Amino acid sequence: MVDLIWLVPALPLGGFIVLIFCGRRIGEPFAGWLATGVMAGSFIATVAVFLDMAGRSAHDRRAVVTLFEWIPAGDLSVDVGFLVDPLSLTMCLFITGVGALIHLYSVGYMHGDAGFPRFFAYLNLFTFAMLMLVLGDNLLLTFLGWEGVGACSYMLISFWFTEPANATAGKKAFVTNRIGDWGFMVAMFATFFTFGSLNYVDVLDASEAGTVAQTTATLIAVMLLVGAVGKSAQFPLYLWLPDAMAGPTPVSALIHAATMVTSGVYLLTRVNPVIADAAGWVPDLIAWLGVGTALFAATIAMAQTDIKKVLAYSTISQLGYMFLAVGSGAYVAAVFHMVTHAFFKALLFLGSGSVIHGMDGDQDMRHYGGLRRFMPVTAGTFVVGWLAIAGVPPFSGFWSKDEILAFAWNKSPALWFVGLLTAVLTAFYMTRLMAMTFSGESRYADERPGEEDGGAAALRADHTPHESPRTMTAPLVVLAGLAMVAGFVQLPFSSSTKWLEHWLEPSLYSNEVHLGIGGGTQFLLAAIAVVGGVVGIGVAVAVYVKARVDRGLFEQAIFADAWRIDRSVARFMGGPGRQGFDATNRFDERVVDGAVFGVADVVRRLAGLGRLFHSGMVRTYASGIGVGAVALITWFLVRSTL
Amino acid sequence: MYLNQFLLLSAALFAIGVYGVLARRNGVLVLMSIELILNAVNINLVAFAAFGNQLAGEVFALFVIAVAAAEVGVGLAMILLLYRNRKSIDLTQIDLMRG
Amino acid sequence: MIAALTTPYVAWWALVPLITFAVAGFLLLTVASLVRRLPAVLAPAWTAVAGLGVLLYLVPMWSRVGRDGADSFLAGTVGVDRSSIFVTGILAVAVIAAALISRDYLPREDLPGVELYVLLLMSAAGGVVMASANDLIVLFLGLEILSIAVYVLAALHLRRIESQEAALKYFLLGAFSSAFLLYGIALVYGATGSTNMVRISAFLAQNVLVDDAMLLAGLGLLLVGLGFKVAVVPFHAWTPDVYQGAPTPVVAWMAAGVKAAGFAALMRVFVLTLGTYVSDWRPAFQVIAAATVLAGAVVAVVQTDVKRMLAYSSIVHAGFILVGLQAATDRGNSSVLAYLAVYAFLTVGSFAVVTVVSGTGDASHGLDAYRGMGRRHPALAGVFTVLLLGQAGIPFTGGFVVKLGVLAAAVDGGAYWLAGVAMLAAAVAAFVYLRLLVAMYLEEVPSGTETSGAVPLGALVVAVASAVIVLVVGLVPGPLLDLARDAVPVLVAG
Repeated sequence: MVDLIWLVPALPLGGFIVLIFCGRRIGEPFAGWLATGVMAGSFIATVAVFLDMAGRSAHDRRAVVTLFEWIPAGDLSVDVGFLVDPLSLTMCLFITGVGALIHLYSVGYMHGDAGFPRFFAYLNLFTFAMLMLVLGDNLLLTFLGWEGVGACSYMLISFWFTEPANATAGKKAFVTNRIGDWGFMVAMFATFFTFGSLNYVDVLDASEAGTVAQTTATLIAVMLLVGAVGKSAQFPLYLWLPDAMAGPTPVSALIHAATMVTSGVYLLTRVNPVIADAAGWVPDLIAWLGVGTALFAATIAMAQTDIKKVLAYSTISQLGYMFLAVGSGAYVAAVFHMVTHAFFKALLFLGSGSVIHGMDGDQDMRHYGGLRRFMPVTAGTFVVGWLAIAGVPPFSGFWSKDEILAFAWNKSPALWFVGLLTAVLTAFYMTRLMAMTFSGESRYADERPGEEDGGAAALRADHTPHESPRTMTAPLVVLAGLAMVAGFVQLPFSSSTKWLEHWLEPSLYSNEVHLGIGGGTQFLLAAIAVVGGVVGIGVAVAVYVKARVDRGLFEQAIFADAWRIDRSVARFMGGPGRQGFDATNRFDERVVDGAVFGVADVVRRLAGLGRLFHSGMVRTYASGIGVGAVALITWFLVRSTL
Repeated sequence: MYLNQFLLLSAALFAIGVYGVLARRNGVLVLMSIELILNAVNINLVAFAAFGNQLAGEVFALFVIAVAAAEVGVGLAMILLLYRNRKSIDLTQIDLMRG
Repeated sequence: MIAALTTPYVAWWALVPLITFAVAGFLLLTVASLVRRLPAVLAPAWTAVAGLGVLLYLVPMWSRVGRDGADSFLAGTVGVDRSSIFVTGILAVAVIAAALISRDYLPREDLPGVELYVLLLMSAAGGVVMASANDLIVLFLGLEILSIAVYVLAALHLRRIESQEAALKYFLLGAFSSAFLLYGIALVYGATGSTNMVRISAFLAQNVLVDDAMLLAGLGLLLVGLGFKVAVVPFHAWTPDVYQGAPTPVVAWMAAGVKAAGFAALMRVFVLTLGTYVSDWRPAFQVIAAATVLAGAVVAVVQTDVKRMLAYSSIVHAGFILVGLQAATDRGNSSVLAYLAVYAFLTVGSFAVVTVVSGTGDASHGLDAYRGMGRRHPALAGVFTVLLLGQAGIPFTGGFVVKLGVLAAAVDGGAYWLAGVAMLAAAVAAFVYLRLLVAMYLEEVPSGTETSGAVPLGALVVAVASAVIVLVVGLVPGPLLDLARDAVPVLVAG
């Protein structure tokens, strides 16, 4: 069955080829059904391989399927092949599974769009590239997929782009991704010259055997980290992700939440022996970078009004948790959170897409309110996603976040504390989103003075929000189910309930850290986290539900009679708290944005200087030759025995 | 006679030629300055050949003279073409393309 | 009594490519001046056939040299080894490509139809001489034969003032830098007592010069002259102006052919002849290579004219090739040769596309002309995409394979910093190619541009063939790398 693995990327590739050449003839909606069909086929193939692998013993769960020899010459030998092991299969399962659902959703979402077949062609191409990224058996193939997903992401973002936005967002995305790619390239070269191979099997086994110098391993690990930070949108290279929200919402769900942005985490997990060989500060750096990004992005998320921007910063924040897990040596937890996050964040994004769809393209949460009456399915599934990300047991997010926090405590209580704080904020801003969108009074028909369209409510009066079609709600329901139960693949109660950990074992060598804390402590930490989450929800309810409306979804909330706390919290949130979040938001916009534009600016300025030399005048060019000649002769005379 | 005297003469001619290329605006004069450099090379070649009792240098000088003639032919034709179009052979004015 | 004149030994079989190019050129010139009305297709067909003939002849030549070893003749002034055959092959390919592109270009621009081909063949003959020179005099002659023809080629578009300006700039600066080269040759001759590369290298291997100032100064001047031809910093300034102004098919030849011949000469002079002084010239090469990749990449970013973009990108490529060359090892040399081969295809293909897009008057080189090309000319845009990705060095294109080769050679020689700088520059330069791709696929066709008609066959063949070869080399790089490995240059005494 393992030999079937080539089908997994081949099916989306085939779909892409068919759609790009005869997509227009196939037309809507069959182009969409075709794309969804190949994704489903790919998923089935993955499941088949998975069942085969799952039946094997641990040391047998790794296979390399070589398709053909690529560069056979000399000492550089690179093959095109797939590395099938628990890690890559886990990734493939949720990429194809969630991917298929999002394809299905897009059939409804993209209905009536002029570029319907083209959209699905790109979507299939993206999935292909993503699968090559995780399945490639060497760094070069991964790099190819890495570039491929970047290119597809770019194409899909700009699917609806208008020109001016394109220019700046494109520049940001380009600069940040280039820095990341540069890190990856350097790491690739360093790997090749250290190990004489780019194949994961050779590199990782050699590294695990401890034959690598610590400095070399450190260099490789840090450079891969640079690459991962770029792709997984961590501080300071996260800037492109919020901008990427300009693309259609299914794209945000697939690429910018569930799959592509996790490839940095995948990469770091994949090379875990190299990180283990690197200097001790590397994991510390990863952990602090992750938790710092998590907190930072969470505070920004609290100040956003665009529903997709909230989810974008939330994604950055959750990715930060995964980095924290990797840095803490909790690779299982990282993968676990990656899986649960793929489910609940895809659900949230698709839900927001459904809301935007129902609101006729409006993304401003201040215009929402009371939507649960108009779109019950969306609201119901959204509640599941919200509870999952907020860490309420027994929803999936609780289990994975709890595991990460336990390992963080194991590494350093300070990490745990920041992580906990982030969890509280997460619960807060997600509740805020829920409250502004689904509860309270409908505001869609309000007068909005001072807006471009004149803000006249009359224009919108007949645009009543509506529930989305079946093709869109069906994936929501499935994802909601998954987001509810996905946590059960790794239950912390005893070793025998940690199925994910046992399954992943062969991919992680012996680098998974063992938790040095007792069950009691762990339970206590989990309890604190739950309380934290509930506090976050409660505060948000107090501010966004209680403080504004009499009747709402959360009428019986905890702070119902604690009006003093209620009001002081409200005052804090309206005053200093609000300003604090706005401040981080401004820091984001000015300083970090500025730095990235600064890089572009420096290149531009240097180019301006360089252009001065190209004055078009023969004399200038001749003096270039003359100066060069003088410099060379000087150099050679200095070297001479004169 | 010393070899060095020839080398110094040649170096001086070379330097004058380079100066001419950099400082002159007139296309024909720039061309002449380049010729000056080539002749500096010829002096060098002949001097080395004479002091080393060899023929190669002198033969090379002949080649250089032939090539220089061809170059001048092409160069003057180009400057003439430019003059027809622009009514000027001022090199500082030909900066249509830059950056 | 007159002593019997002893004629030097001539290996005629090894001169066939040179003679083919030269005689084909002269014949074409003669026939064209005698016959009043030649069929328009004759000259390009003739040129392409000459190139093809040379290319085919190189196959038996290659195996003969492999069997009998490298040879040297004409009193040791001309040598034939596999590297010269390899470079001759690149030149032949560039000649064929330039002829095919010109076939439709000249009628479109209403330009006289024979001179270009004559000069192209002459220039190719000069390139062959450079690639097989075993004597600095011969090298210089080859360089001048090549260059003078190209000066005139650049001026060939009679109605474009830019073309004349480009030609004059190229000519003046080229003559200026040739003068430096000559002075350098003279100094090396004075220091070693010979212009023959074999003898120079033997002399330097056996004697330790008490005073090597003259030799080293000569070395510096040689680098000036050859650095100009291959366009490395700070001798590169002419490139964008000349590429922008010269007729596009000529630019294809300049970029592919002249560069290949120039690097072949650099390799013969520095790596082979002056290899004993490698520790002196290598740092200079490294600094120049680093400056070249960075300057080319950075300034390319702000260009708006596509021909200028490609010109700066050619500067970056020259820097990359220098990165391989400075290693001065067999591995470095073969990586240089492989790079030159792939680069020739990348560049003739790209300029074939540019020729088509530029439209009548050879004038539309702005980004506007490329906007929305993905919809107007899907096939042409697809081919251009492959070529641009190849130039950017994306995996599974030939560009990646050869970039990896030169970087590996540099790292092998311990020049880690240089490899790092080159990678950084490649990352910056990628912006240029990406920008073109974005213009082609993601931007709207500007209003007012007429939809151009059918793509001329000659240019299409060149572009498609180049793209296919770039892809094939990217997927199956083994054969090319093997060829380049076997083509390591050697110096043999006559």
